[in-house]
This record gives sequence, structure tokens and C-alpha cells, in this order.
Amino acid sequence: MTCTEFLAILDDLIDDSVAAQTRAEVELHLKKCGHCEVIFNTTRKTIEIYRCHEIYEMPEDLRDRLHAAIMARCKNGC
Amino acid sequence: MTTIQQIEGENEQHPDVALIERVRAGDISAYDTLVRKYERQIFRIAQHITQNREDAEDVMQDAFLKAYEKLDQFQGNSKFYTWLVRIAVNESLMRLRKRRTGKMVSIDEDLETEEGTVPRDLADWAPDPEQNYTQSELGDILEKTIKGLPPGFKVVFELRDVQGLSTEDTAEALGLSVPAVKSRLLRARLQLRERLSRYFKRKAGSKELASTEMRPAK
Repeated sequence: MTCTEFLAILDDLIDDSVAAQTRAEVELHLKKCGHCEVIFNTTRKTIEIYRCHEIYEMPEDLRDRLHAAIMARCKNGC
Repeated sequence: MTTIQQIEGENEQHPDVALIERVRAGDISAYDTLVRKYERQIFRIAQHITQNREDAEDVMQDAFLKAYEKLDQFQGNSKFYTWLVRIAVNESLMRLRKRRTGKMVSIDEDLETEEGTVPRDLADWAPDPEQNYTQSELGDILEKTIKGLPPGFKVVFELRDVQGLSTEDTAEALGLSVPAVKSRLLRARLQLRERLSRYFKRKAGSKELASTEMRPAK
């Protein structure tokens, strides 16, 4: 497996949707290629950080205000 | 009254189906439940696209109001949430277009930048690098980093990786093909990785420094 081939299946690898044989080839490649291993680990970490630390959270008061406004207009026939 | 069809291939009815049927029967509390269920996610999508808090608030309200008005048109051949996201994305793009004084904005516009598609920063990251920042600092870094991505990339990343939608549902919600979603997701992930590297890469000699330097107060 080349680095280019690895990059082409990086998404499927992260999403755990590669066939067993492909996974074995990837693991072999990662043992030999430190760069691809870094890319794999840091890309996974990127997703994990964004998943765990939700940005653009709505403060409770904003949430309540917008929710009340939506429901009021729905009750009045929008 | 139109009966909502079950999604083909699923044995169980999605919980939203029952709620929608109750709304159509006149039970507004059921719509209250739907709004509460999805308001945070819709707000985030609106923020990603509009990059403007006030616009995001307006988009969120408008999206839920439009969905309520058009509920009779929702045929149940897709999930309610993907249909709602489509409304929110369209509202967001209209807002963005207004701010850009009429310049066309599209979620599937071609992008010329090749940034991030070929990884350049190959430095390894420190272990749990996010812990070197306070929550507030981390939030700023993450917002600043994702802000620079094109709207289509941001939304695909938000839906797929943060909200956990499938590729197919993401494609449905955004009106994109599955290959287009996959292509954008890979580029979004690599661009974010590349940009975050400058904050998270392991510093030279950091193993030695960690034992002698105090960490910033959290």
C-alpha cells in the first residue's frame, strides 16, 4: 500500500468501514510509515475533540427565548 | 390526512413519525417536543453557515416555523430531521447571500483551494493536547479553526462527525450526492487537522519541559 492509497481510504478507516484484508494492509503500512500513522492518529483526534467539545452552544436563556418565540408563532398560526 | 410512510428497510418506526402525526392532528405540544429535540443542532448548523449570531437565531426560528407551516408537504420518504436540516441550510444560505449583497452562495460550490488535501504538517501531537488549554481557550481555537472552512465543508463535518448522521442522511439533508459528501468530509477532516496542528503539535523537548514547567491554570 502506498501513502496515496492510504489517504484515499483514510475516511473509511476512521469510520471503521474497511474490509478485513484492507485493514490488514493498512496496519502493515502504518507500521512502516510514521507519517501516515501521524496523519491517522491526529485526524482521529481532531474529530474526537470537535465531537467532545461542542462549539456554538446555545446559552439556556437564548434557547428558552427562541423556543418561546417559535411556539408562540406556531400557536398563532405562524 | 396523508399517512406518513415508514422508511423502507426499517423495522421500527422512527420516533419522530408519531410526533408528526400528532402535530398534524392538532397537538402542538408534539411540535414543542420536536423543537426541543433539534433546536441546538439546527442553531449550530446556522452558525456554521452564516457565521453571524443574530442571523443564526433568525434562521433557527424561521426554519422551525417553515417546517411547521409545510408539515403537510413532508411526505415521510426521508427522516424529519434531514428534511428540517435542508430547510435550515436553505435559510442560512439566503441570509448569507443577503449579507454578501446578492452574491450567489451555494453549499455545493466548487472550491479552488487545495488546502489540507495533501497533508503537510506531519508533526505528531502531544498526548491529549486539548488539555493544555482552558475550556474557553479551546473553544476559541476550535471556532477559529473551523470558521475558515467553506460552508459546505463545515456543514458536512458538523452533520457527519459531530452529530453522527450517516453519509446517506447527510447527502439527503444537503442535496448532495454521496460521493460529494465523502469528498467534502475528507477535505474538512484534513483541513481541520492541518490547522489544529499548529496548536497541538508536540513541542521540541516537551517531554523534558513537562516535568519542570507549570501548566497554565485551567
